[in-house]
Amino acid sequence: MPVLERDGAQIWRRRTGRESLIRWFGWLLGVAVFVYCWQIISASTTWFFVWDAPRIADDIWTRATPPRWDYITQLGRPIWDTLNIATLGTLIALCLAVPVAFLAARNTTPSALFIRPIALLIIVSTRSINSLIWALLLIAIIGPGVFAGVIAIAIRSIGFCAKLLYEAIEEIDHTQVEAITATGASRWQVMAYGIVPQILPAFAGIAVFRWDINIRESTVLGLVGAGGIGLQLSASLNVLAWPQVSLILLVILAAVVISEWVSAKVRSAII
Amino acid sequence: MNHRELDDVLGKRWRKPAFVQNPALRWTLFLGFFAYLVAAFLTIEVDWGRVYDGLDRGWAFVLAFTSPDFTSRWSDIWSGLWESIVMTVAASVVGIAISIPIGLGAARNIAPLPVYVICRGVVAISRALQEIIVAILLVAIFGFGPLAGFLTLSFATIGFLSKLLAEEIEAMDRVQAEAIKASGARWMQWINYGVQPQVMPRLVGLSMYRIDINFRESAILGLVGAGGIGATLNTAFDRYEYDTAAAILLLIIGIVMALEYLSGVIRARVQ
Repeated sequence: MPVLERDGAQIWRRRTGRESLIRWFGWLLGVAVFVYCWQIISASTTWFFVWDAPRIADDIWTRATPPRWDYITQLGRPIWDTLNIATLGTLIALCLAVPVAFLAARNTTPSALFIRPIALLIIVSTRSINSLIWALLLIAIIGPGVFAGVIAIAIRSIGFCAKLLYEAIEEIDHTQVEAITATGASRWQVMAYGIVPQILPAFAGIAVFRWDINIRESTVLGLVGAGGIGLQLSASLNVLAWPQVSLILLVILAAVVISEWVSAKVRSAII
Repeated sequence: MNHRELDDVLGKRWRKPAFVQNPALRWTLFLGFFAYLVAAFLTIEVDWGRVYDGLDRGWAFVLAFTSPDFTSRWSDIWSGLWESIVMTVAASVVGIAISIPIGLGAARNIAPLPVYVICRGVVAISRALQEIIVAILLVAIFGFGPLAGFLTLSFATIGFLSKLLAEEIEAMDRVQAEAIKASGARWMQWINYGVQPQVMPRLVGLSMYRIDINFRESAILGLVGAGGIGATLNTAFDRYEYDTAAAILLLIIGIVMALEYLSGVIRARVQ
């Protein structure tokens, strides 16, 4: 325990002198890095606009309220498209994530040396790129529309689902698998009766969790042209129809809240 | 299983228990889901001719990953990437600094009710609005450039980190905190010696994770003019320069992987 001697009395200290010195330099370095970053941001900012911001924000607010409520009749189809993008994308992603997860989990992979790194690479690369970027890419390849959105959401979700699923597979209770193996089950029977029942709740939870995230992401995919309610948002923004924008934002907010509520309900029912 | 049930089961062939116990609910869910799938497939318009045409371009893009072109647009890539990194660092610092007091306020066992309600409200708003939508609004208000991106990422960090930090504080061990309080500590000392040591490892882990997310998000903010690598990437796609786009994507994946590795090392050290 670090103590400080002063006038013959010992006073308790949280850290030794050396430790606090190191910490102090760490903080100094951190602050220096932050100040440097801030200077770069500040240098590429037009400060006149920033000082003008309260007036602009007020202006946008007065333009955007009240929302144009009758526009909601035109939003039915985009919302349906958004729901389809999220749901079908999640389904496709789950179908692809299951094999990837089994190949990536240490206890089920056929080859830890060759196949596992490939599966992990698929997981990392699909996870680290945002669905909007996948959508951009797919629009360049297969043209704009709902289909590009579905595929973009599907690719983005593979990594996420496969990562959570393979962690669940690695954490299974091994004794159950051994019990099934001891009955003389084949490799596939062990899979079906020893492993799958143990990860099924985790799988359902992951599916609903990702579906919730995908609803959020699919609402903005339209900004790059991949269908859904984002198309209406970007069209309204382009013509500066602020009352429509505020209505669409409210609808998106409602969709996000509802999907989060549904996913929380389903997950608490499963677990 | 009691004796009565056992007598019923004896002598019958074992059947795999269903995932949803109630058969009526199971079939309703199944049929409803099937009906939804049919409806979804009927309403999605896929131009298969266009998709088929795009396959060549898709293949060209896959090939581009084998020969990414880092050199011909290197100055654009570098300035975009640097801006992304700067935005990530600055926004993470500010976001984490703000989310600590808000996280304290959003923990029911520390904060009085009015503070709790306000902080939970801030968290809910920040979580419900997506980064890209916040970025659109902030770009409209503050003008183009990394300042809007920086503010967006800071705002998103607050929602994420405060919520998880508050949950961690609510789940902490009361005994340690009470012991500090019993020694006559002031409020700040209580937080500093009773609460902080308990949640610090988790806070460091979550902060690292959030830095990782912030970098990934900063890659798309450029699409709406909020600075970062996204604008360069969008231009590359628009000009069908797949080799440059592949180079940018590889750089993003590389940085995300490095960040993930670093956060793994740091989390292992603090826990």
